[in-house]
Amino acid sequence: MTPATDATHPTTCLVVDDSAVIRKVARRIIEGLGLAVAEAEDGEQALRACDAAMPDVILLDWNMPNVDGYAFLQALRQSEAGRRPKVLFCTTENDVGAIARALRAGADEYIMKPFDRDILTAKLEQVGLARVDAA
Amino acid sequence: MTDLDFEYLRGYLKQRSGLALTPEKRYLVESRLTPVCRRFGLPALRDLVGALRLARDGAIERAVVEAMTTNETFFFRDRVPFDLFRDVILPEALARNAGRRRLRVWSAASSTGQEPYSLAMLLQEAAPRLAGWQVEIVATDLSTEVIEKARLGLYSHFEVQRGLPVQWLLKYFTQSGEQWTIAPSLRAMVDFRQINLLHGFETLGSFDVIYCRNVLIYFDAPTKSDILARLAGSLAPEGALLLGAAETVIGLTDRLSPHPKHRGLYGHAEVARPAAVRAAAAG
Repeated sequence: MTPATDATHPTTCLVVDDSAVIRKVARRIIEGLGLAVAEAEDGEQALRACDAAMPDVILLDWNMPNVDGYAFLQALRQSEAGRRPKVLFCTTENDVGAIARALRAGADEYIMKPFDRDILTAKLEQVGLARVDAA
Repeated sequence: MTDLDFEYLRGYLKQRSGLALTPEKRYLVESRLTPVCRRFGLPALRDLVGALRLARDGAIERAVVEAMTTNETFFFRDRVPFDLFRDVILPEALARNAGRRRLRVWSAASSTGQEPYSLAMLLQEAAPRLAGWQVEIVATDLSTEVIEKARLGLYSHFEVQRGLPVQWLLKYFTQSGEQWTIAPSLRAMVDFRQINLLHGFETLGSFDVIYCRNVLIYFDAPTKSDILARLAGSLAPEGALLLGAAETVIGLTDRLSPHPKHRGLYGHAEVARPAAVRAAAAG
């Protein structure tokens, strides 16, 4: 595995999910790919985190208390100035309508839960933030 | 499992599928064949070996070969071979075959269909350039079970998320509950057939492009040489052969040689050599 950026500027990923278990699993996989990980428990926390330091990629749950993932994404895409982080939805909302809606709102990729290491790695690779060396 | 049983299985699998099992793969035999025992109501591996020795039950024989042949695959696996298809192989073939407007592609170890369907998606994306062309994708595998699954074109949400961009999931699949079905237009592009690479495949005809990835690694050197020489025979004069990243033709056949620029891409030896080298050799 090769992270997309060099060691002095590690690629940063914000994991937004109200489940501590999902955040832990995702953190372990993403850190294994050489990315630096921050966490948020809902959309409100995530917006504050983005204001403080815009990450390179956001792994985003849909159904969360306070501000949900969809509302967060709409707010993010309206507010971001200059830096446009890649957003990967990661949710149990698995029907075609939800996926299409997320893409229209500005999601770059979509992960249907449950996911595993291969899926998360492949999706990060698709948005250009991890490269799997050909086996 | 006794040493004698393992040796029998090694010989059996070598003969039937070309699979070269080293002694350290004994664990693999046990882990893959124990479920086969359960499926056929056999108490232990020695009973399975006994059944194979009697050679009375074709279903058991097929199940053993299929369980031992690896079917791991996903859409756009390793990505680079598919980028090469889109950016190099297809444009060159379109220019070369412009006169006869015909393109034949072979996915030689197609497993559950992800490789040929990935190629079919790339060809659909190039549809405006292929108007009026006769395009054929032949997909073959040793296992009748995986061929059946490939023909159905039905994939779990795990399978469609490994390598397939979500935009193409929406474009080329329909959702049926937890499963995703490949578009009929893509399914119609692929002709699935059961073929054992150890046996003759000359009847399939000649191909402009052959993908034979991650299958030669399971064979011993003489078997690899034999298959590569016969693949060369099925490759059109300026055709492209794609092998897996851990596979090569070097030291195995002099009929094929690597492309000077693109790793994993091979062609006929006299074509693949750079023009300057060919001129020097001729002069």
